[in-house]
Amino acid sequence: MHYPGSPELLKPASRKFILLTLVSGLLLNLLPWHGLALSFRPDFVALVLLFWAIREPRKLGFVATWIAGLLMDVGDGVILGQHAFAYILGVYVAIVLHRRIQRFTLWQQALHVLLLLLLLQAAMLIIRLFGGAAFPGMGYFLSCLTGAMLWPALSLLFLLPQRGRPGSDSVYSAGSKGL
Amino acid sequence: MHKSAPTLRTKMDHQAPPFFKHGPSPLARFVFFALISLVLMVLDARLNALDSLRQIISVAVAPLQRLAMTPAELLDRTGSFFVTQARLQNENALLGQRQLVQAAQLQRMQAMQAENAHLRNILGVQQQRGESVVAAEIVYAGRDPFSQKITVNKGSNHKVLAGQPALDDVGVIGQVTQVYPFSSEVTLLTDKDQAIPVQIVRNGARAIAFGHGQDGALELPFMAANADIQNGDTLVTSGIDGVYPAGLPVAVVTKIERNASFAKITCMPSAGVNRHKQILILIGEVRRFQKPEPSEPAAAGAGDGKGSILKKKRD
Repeated sequence: MHYPGSPELLKPASRKFILLTLVSGLLLNLLPWHGLALSFRPDFVALVLLFWAIREPRKLGFVATWIAGLLMDVGDGVILGQHAFAYILGVYVAIVLHRRIQRFTLWQQALHVLLLLLLLQAAMLIIRLFGGAAFPGMGYFLSCLTGAMLWPALSLLFLLPQRGRPGSDSVYSAGSKGL
Repeated sequence: MHKSAPTLRTKMDHQAPPFFKHGPSPLARFVFFALISLVLMVLDARLNALDSLRQIISVAVAPLQRLAMTPAELLDRTGSFFVTQARLQNENALLGQRQLVQAAQLQRMQAMQAENAHLRNILGVQQQRGESVVAAEIVYAGRDPFSQKITVNKGSNHKVLAGQPALDDVGVIGQVTQVYPFSSEVTLLTDKDQAIPVQIVRNGARAIAFGHGQDGALELPFMAANADIQNGDTLVTSGIDGVYPAGLPVAVVTKIERNASFAKITCMPSAGVNRHKQILILIGEVRRFQKPEPSEPAAAGAGDGKGSILKKKRD
């Protein structure tokens, strides 16, 4: 088994692929979720951003993060800058911690991601409380749990295109020696 | 530009050697973008100055939104394709009956409208607005856990303007607060920042109903403890704000506590967004009133398009 914490050699992710994952994250967020499903809906854009911030911190720019945040602000109809600020904060912390987080197994990484997602939600909560909104209840943080649980699957999925074809080169064997 | 020759340091792991151009450090970038975001938030929340920027961004979001809506629509369409014939027949019969009843009511109403217009003419009172409606479908409901808003699929291309009231078949739902070319956001009456001038049908007493937020209730503050109001009283719009036409059902009083000098009155809205996918938007022109002088006590919910919302924020 490979996991991102192993010293497996991977091809660098292409910028096109990063953009593609970001757009699909936006699409998933904009699906017509409502009711209970909405409160369980993980913030896919945040997950994608955190993934690339941890995996390829030099390729995910703050500008892309910020624009994705603004798009979510308009999509959700909230004050401009709410998601943008939270995403910037999360991506910054993820970039600072990316070497440390990469060392762990996927489930341990998920715990880190849980904390990062909680940080994002808390930032948005504080922004809205300052704006005069009422606290919407602890259910507000549910989406962080589902988001963290999605992390291992998402990591395996996003790393697929960066693995060499099995048998085509020595990348795979180099990886398994590391385990 | 850094022009130093490559040295041994090129072999440093992942990190690019320091003589390559990096741009500012992550911390500097973080501070920069965080500050811009904060400025945006202040401009948007306090000054409402970013409407044009929001419109521009919505141009980018709209196609994504439409794409995201497609699977649900397809599912909906396949679902409605496989409806049984019996159900359709039942529904048809029911609708036919209802249509008959309403046609009778409509005839009476037309006569009364004519009479009313005539009487108003005699009295020299301002004519009531003729209203036309546009039917819109709810796209998103409850996206933002902090406010009570829905997004509907009709926008400025269908003559929807910010400030227009939104209804369903039972009564008032809320008010359009943000318009995009192909969609608009309706703030529900239950939103914490929303207010609506109402009148008790039984005795004609006027009040303002404010949203309560999460629990989907409305409250009537500023009513004296001995005010003539009872459980089960129906509240309709009083029409004095110029935003909502008079006489639309708003809520029913469900709970009254008369302990303090002001009564604590809770009402449940008559209309709801949970029952239907369709709502109506009244697309008459939005009358804009002059804002009252700050020294005067705020007039009951009177205001321009977004008046009822802005007012409460300022208080």
